[in-house]
Amino acid sequence: MASHHESIIREPLVTGENITYAKVTDDILKPVENMPNKAWWIGFTVASLGALLWVFAVSWTFWYGIGSWGLNKTVGWAWDITGFVWWVGIGHAGTLISAILLLFRQNWRNSINRSAEAMTIFAVICAASYIVCHMGRPWMAVYSLPLPNQYGSLWVNFNSPLIWDVFAISTYFSVSLLFWYTGLLPDLATIRDRATGIRRRIYSIASFGWTGSLKTWQRFETVCLILAGVSTPLVLSVHTIVSMDFATSLEPGWHTTIFPPYFVAGAIFSGFAMVQTLLLVVRKVLGLENYITMFHIEAMNKIILVTGSIVGVAYLTEFFIAYYSGGEYEQYTFLNRFIGPYWWAGCMMYGCNVLMTQLMWFKKIRTNIHVSWVLSIVVNIGMWFERFVIIVTSLHRDFIPSSWAMFYPTWIDVSIFIGSIGLFFTMFLLFIRVLPSIAMAEVKLLLKSSSEQAKKKLMAEGHLEPQQVEFYKESLTKFDSVELADYKK
Amino acid sequence: MSSTKFILGLFDDPDVLLHGIDELKKNSVPIYDVYTPMPIHGIEDKLGVKPSRLGYAAFMFGILGGTTIFSIVYYTLVHDWPMNIGGKPAFAVPDFIPATFEWTVLFTAFGMTITFFFATHLFPGRAPRVMDLRATDDRFVIAIDAKGNVPHEDITNILREAGAVEIKHNDRKYVSYE
Repeated sequence: MASHHESIIREPLVTGENITYAKVTDDILKPVENMPNKAWWIGFTVASLGALLWVFAVSWTFWYGIGSWGLNKTVGWAWDITGFVWWVGIGHAGTLISAILLLFRQNWRNSINRSAEAMTIFAVICAASYIVCHMGRPWMAVYSLPLPNQYGSLWVNFNSPLIWDVFAISTYFSVSLLFWYTGLLPDLATIRDRATGIRRRIYSIASFGWTGSLKTWQRFETVCLILAGVSTPLVLSVHTIVSMDFATSLEPGWHTTIFPPYFVAGAIFSGFAMVQTLLLVVRKVLGLENYITMFHIEAMNKIILVTGSIVGVAYLTEFFIAYYSGGEYEQYTFLNRFIGPYWWAGCMMYGCNVLMTQLMWFKKIRTNIHVSWVLSIVVNIGMWFERFVIIVTSLHRDFIPSSWAMFYPTWIDVSIFIGSIGLFFTMFLLFIRVLPSIAMAEVKLLLKSSSEQAKKKLMAEGHLEPQQVEFYKESLTKFDSVELADYKK
Repeated sequence: MSSTKFILGLFDDPDVLLHGIDELKKNSVPIYDVYTPMPIHGIEDKLGVKPSRLGYAAFMFGILGGTTIFSIVYYTLVHDWPMNIGGKPAFAVPDFIPATFEWTVLFTAFGMTITFFFATHLFPGRAPRVMDLRATDDRFVIAIDAKGNVPHEDITNILREAGAVEIKHNDRKYVSYE
């Protein structure tokens, strides 16, 4: 039924008074149907300058080859694969929100899934660009596909994790795109039916002729559920396979069986941090405080805490196994993270990811927007250093001390990295301009059951346990979008 | 003979819409279709829409994808060009799993979604067949084929009594064509 009553003790997912279906549409489409404000223009200018830098640095790499990077024969993977794993990891939160939370019927996902999925797609684009760049001769990418060729045919080696990666990342990108776009259709139709002229034509093509008829919705829900069902193991497989790029090697520091779960947890951890970084700004700038509420922020912080702690346990396990294995190379690699020349990178990794995240145990911190935002940036930095430590610190001191080396990034390395962030934000800012950043149809589903006004109505009707009502009112005090005066507090 | 093609009952609340469907059914008025801005759960049962069979399609596409890539891997690695990697067998099944899994998911997702688009007639550029422009915004619309369902006034009254905020007698089937 459309309006089953939800227990009063559950916190509202949509706040604000007089939120009607029409108001949901108006609020969410405001940035799409109007000229952008100054904040958007400033952000877009900075981001697109970054994207231009990316275009320039990537073109430079294609022209002169990866000799323009700081790699040497000891450290053959550095910022490129660090950046790749970092971006793929960031992407994972979007699929977790859109697929896994859908299967678990977590309704709070409804207002953040759209932008998180968009973030996934843009992050995977950045990640894929790193893979193509580090090939040196990007046109050779065709040989990662099992296509007949003039060498015999010489086929790709399906025993190699790098080939598994090609399959995993390409499937992940295309299925995420499909899931995201299918979910967008009803909202594109909403924009179409409100627009005129050329905008109407464009959104008409984009919305595939969606009408919202009974059977369309019914099948749409089946499709979304099954897509969520197949995306869930998919997202777990992707970072598992990424971790196998390392775990199936014989390199101390890489050759560990804990890598798949550890990488998946780290991916979700960093992804939620990026969602938090983006949405805390988006809700403020686009005025979506009633839809992305303090409940959402706190819930995401809790996930950051849980996954951050899992990552912490994985770190400890790695150290214990290095000690317990008795392998001296293994032991040296892990000791080297603290006493070697890259001790500062190790400190960034363990400090940002494990120590700083533990602050999230405090409710005051979890519900403080500014602190949450800073912490989300800290996690992003920490997770970048995690990959840097795993890749560069493990490689730079190999089995023969005469070949030990340091890695010094060139300006091309730095430009590609900064540029990829610019590229990501350019795409994200364009997304919030032309597409609804919140899934309108899904938020409308929550109005009659989980909104603040529905709960108010429930309270006005009476028949509720006074204790539960008190509990509910108490839980509202953390919200920044609730008029507490209405509750006589 | 009236020129009305469709009678639309516009509701502003999904529960009232469900009530409206009940009232129409009670009076044996056949419902052409229902257009809503969001999925309404429970409406399929009322209108006797059978559960979607897209799940079967998804399953078949999944099997197809898995078999396809497994066959490709088998042909390339075992049949066409077996490699001696440390004397290990060429038919190394564990190594086949990642690619097989990925293509199972890929074919499931795309096969099912394309089937969905095909069955529901969705494709880029299709002219939207919209009966009321607010049906994708904040109106829950019941459409009744005017032809054969007379008198129209009775249907209008049923809808009004059921709580429709607006009743339209559309002369054109779809308002979205220019």
